Amino acid sequence: MRTRLDVLICAGAACLSAHSAAVRDALAREIEAHGLSDEVRIVETGCMGPCELGPVMLVYPDGAFYIHVTPEDAAEIVEEHFLKGRPVERLLWTTPEARRIAEQRKQVPFFAKQRKVVLKNCGLIDPENIEEYIATDGYAALGKVLTEMTPTAVAETIAASGLRGRGGAGFPTGKKWGFVAGAPGPEKYVVCNADEGDPGAFMDRALLEGDPHAVLEGMAIAAYAVGANHGYIYVRAEYPLAINRVEAALAAAHRMGLLGNNIMETGFSFDIEVRMGAGAFVCGEETALIASLEGHRGQPRPRPPYPAVEGLFGKPTLINNVETFGNVRHIILNGADWFRSIGTESSPGTKVFALSGKVVNTGLVEVPMGTTLRELIFEIGGGIPDGKEFKAVQTGGPSGGCIPAEYLDTPIDYESLQELGSIMGSGGMIVMDADNCMVNLARFFLEFTANESCGKCIPCRVGLPAMLEILQRITRGDGRADDIDKLERLGKTIKTASLCGLGQTAPNPVLSTLRYFRDEYEEHLVGRCRAKECTALIRYWIDPEACRGCDQCRRACPVGAIAGTPGNPPYAIDAEACVRCGTCREVCPFGAVEILDRR
Amino acid sequence: MEQVVIQIDGNEVRTARGNTVLEAARDNGIRIPTLCHLDGLPDIGACRLCMVEIDGRFGTACTTRVRDGMKVRINTDELHEMRRTVLELLFAERNHVCSFCVSNGHCELQDLACELGMDSVRVPYRYPTLSLDATHPRFIIDHNRCVMCARCVRVCAEVEGAHTWGIAFRGTQVRVITDLGVDWGNAETCTSCGKCVQVCPTGAIVLKGQATAEMEKHPELVAELEERRRAG
Ligand SMILES: Cc1cc2nc3c(=O)[nH]c(=O)nc-3n(C[C@H](O)[C@H](O)[C@H](O)COP(=O)(O)O)c2cc1C
Ligand code: SF4
Ligand code: SF4
Ligand code: SF4
Ligand code: FES
Repeated sequence: MRTRLDVLICAGAACLSAHSAAVRDALAREIEAHGLSDEVRIVETGCMGPCELGPVMLVYPDGAFYIHVTPEDAAEIVEEHFLKGRPVERLLWTTPEARRIAEQRKQVPFFAKQRKVVLKNCGLIDPENIEEYIATDGYAALGKVLTEMTPTAVAETIAASGLRGRGGAGFPTGKKWGFVAGAPGPEKYVVCNADEGDPGAFMDRALLEGDPHAVLEGMAIAAYAVGANHGYIYVRAEYPLAINRVEAALAAAHRMGLLGNNIMETGFSFDIEVRMGAGAFVCGEETALIASLEGHRGQPRPRPPYPAVEGLFGKPTLINNVETFGNVRHIILNGADWFRSIGTESSPGTKVFALSGKVVNTGLVEVPMGTTLRELIFEIGGGIPDGKEFKAVQTGGPSGGCIPAEYLDTPIDYESLQELGSIMGSGGMIVMDADNCMVNLARFFLEFTANESCGKCIPCRVGLPAMLEILQRITRGDGRADDIDKLERLGKTIKTASLCGLGQTAPNPVLSTLRYFRDEYEEHLVGRCRAKECTALIRYWIDPEACRGCDQCRRACPVGAIAGTPGNPPYAIDAEACVRCGTCREVCPFGAVEILDRR
Repeated sequence: MEQVVIQIDGNEVRTARGNTVLEAARDNGIRIPTLCHLDGLPDIGACRLCMVEIDGRFGTACTTRVRDGMKVRINTDELHEMRRTVLELLFAERNHVCSFCVSNGHCELQDLACELGMDSVRVPYRYPTLSLDATHPRFIIDHNRCVMCARCVRVCAEVEGAHTWGIAFRGTQVRVITDLGVDWGNAETCTSCGKCVQVCPTGAIVLKGQATAEMEKHPELVAELEERRRAG
């Protein structure tokens, strides 16, 4: 049955926690009450991307994009829009500068500049309905490889496409498949890495929640190419929705004979099990992940032997990232040349990024490789809020690096980011403005990695806390003259001597901020934090000229550090008692409270 | 046995195929510093002291197998500096006060410091407060002196077959535990064979009743056992 309107409600985790389910129920009630049940269909989709605007909802075919929808809005939307055809303007997403109504999804730059390949179905189909997936050519690629292609031809097609691993290191996927296919032994495994441990990253979660079959299909194609009959998805237990959707998708695919024994009656069999990880960052590292799957302590081991030769239970194992698998069916259906036509020579295809920090539009975006940082941050991301100035962007998560403004026109690919001292990583992208202190930022990431070190090897286990201690004393204002040298020396040793990628990349935030923002480190050594973020180096001060004696600050101060009589300015802050929480500055209606260097 | 020719610091050496770089060096009288490695136990590449340059990339000698034509560098300034820094980190991590350790003079960690010329520690000392478990009738584990080489874990599991030792927590909190965290004296799996005492490279696992500098160990025992087992 064709309906007049399809209402796509985002059921990604962010929108769900913003109560999109309640909005769905309210809409359903109103649709029913207005007798529109045959004309308007509600579809719950995976993450649409602009998470901080949630709950979001897209109405097809007219393309109205609603944001911040509440259950109370349901009646108005149904009556005005669905019944009378007049979109509810106050809830429509408009571009910030022109306030132009976003009548077409294409007109919002957030969407217009993106190129959705992996996330194509996310936000458009109901992830819990296998028929909707099949309607988008789902499982056609699997059918094609099973009936028309040899395993070798499949691996060669992936190799020809130039697809590289999206889990961080960018290893050529087709080559890896070739290694596993060529490894001796009748028993092999395919493992999907859905550990996604980077704080702030959620691209893999979005794909598993929004289009789980795409990942399953990619795994099945890989299994055929390498000669495996069993697969595992290792997903963190903190992703219950993703786990549910994957389990449901597995059951549906089994029912339809698209997974399991004798798939599509071709004689090829492949089944997949979901395994939950406890969420340690290091368990995303492939050898630690395999140890964890085997029931051992999740600790990395030296490579070689690589998992392709000796992996799960000692058998040749293909391990790829969620997004890597998500690309596979598109390459099989559209061909390697099509894939190569997107992106750059060395890094074809698209990449999904999680945009966050000081940027207007935060959320998930998918762009062709080779898009510049400027396009990503200013056009898609909508620039820096409050007219502030861009300072740097951290790519690659906690083990990536910071890239300053002068490299904004760098096209994003694996090599270019590496040259700048950062990494692609899994696609985290945190934007910073002048209010962000680069030393403090480095300290923040080191705190994370030092905590997540598995403790097996010395450079990482002891070296990272040693670097952290130095960073802590610098941000406290107790830095010593040779601390910068020490950081550089330790960072270099840890990078080269550590056993696994965690230790080998963890110093990056420090080394890259030292490379581009060394003067900020030097300023901290003489007691100055220019971003005014390191509280030990600042003091709050009331400008006597600006103070009107309104008493707001005195009443708001949590420690009673402000003295003054109402109507009798100026007020003054007792620097000793002040805990530098900044409350007074927030409440002062006259902007009289300023932050000064402590010394 | 089939031989492989590799280069070590510019000199051609021969070794049996299947050997590690560490074995190749040792067969040819070339020393590479090691700590977690122990003949007779499976290697885990944890301490990173045996780091060498292999065909232009860094890798641990104890876990890398030789390939024909492989070029290995052991003695470079960069590698010396790296090994020394790693050792300094180890000394800074816990409380290695040699002067009143029962293993003083017979400690592999101390020997390494001498060998690598570590005359000072340039990283901040951590001085953690760690416990000591003396509940076993004959042995003591002092976590203050443990370097997390996991030799005890491996010997207990792979040679004795008791699986008493394990590793718990992560990062700086990491430590060895007996029977999932009970006191050693209550660890039912322990056969009191004493192998972990013999292989522990420092004064962490020791016999009771030893005075300062009295504790001498025999880690070579494991290789001898291995040898005898293989001979049947
Ligand atoms: C500390 C650490 C954490 C990692 N976490 C992840 C992760 O969460 N997801 C992932 O796909 N790869 C992760 N990786 C990379 C994996 O080791 C591995 O390279 C990847 O799964 C291979 O898949 P790909 O070739 O498709 O990228 C991590 C690596 C390290 C060193
Ligand atoms: S680098 Fe860190 S996380 Fe990796 S094995 Fe060493 S201690 Fe563990
Ligand atoms: S004494 Fe033997 S059995 Fe007991 S912990 Fe040590 S090695 Fe294991
Ligand atoms: S107790 Fe001894 S053998 Fe066991 S890990 Fe610590 S230092 Fe190594
Ligand atoms: S001896 Fe090779 S890593 Fe410890």
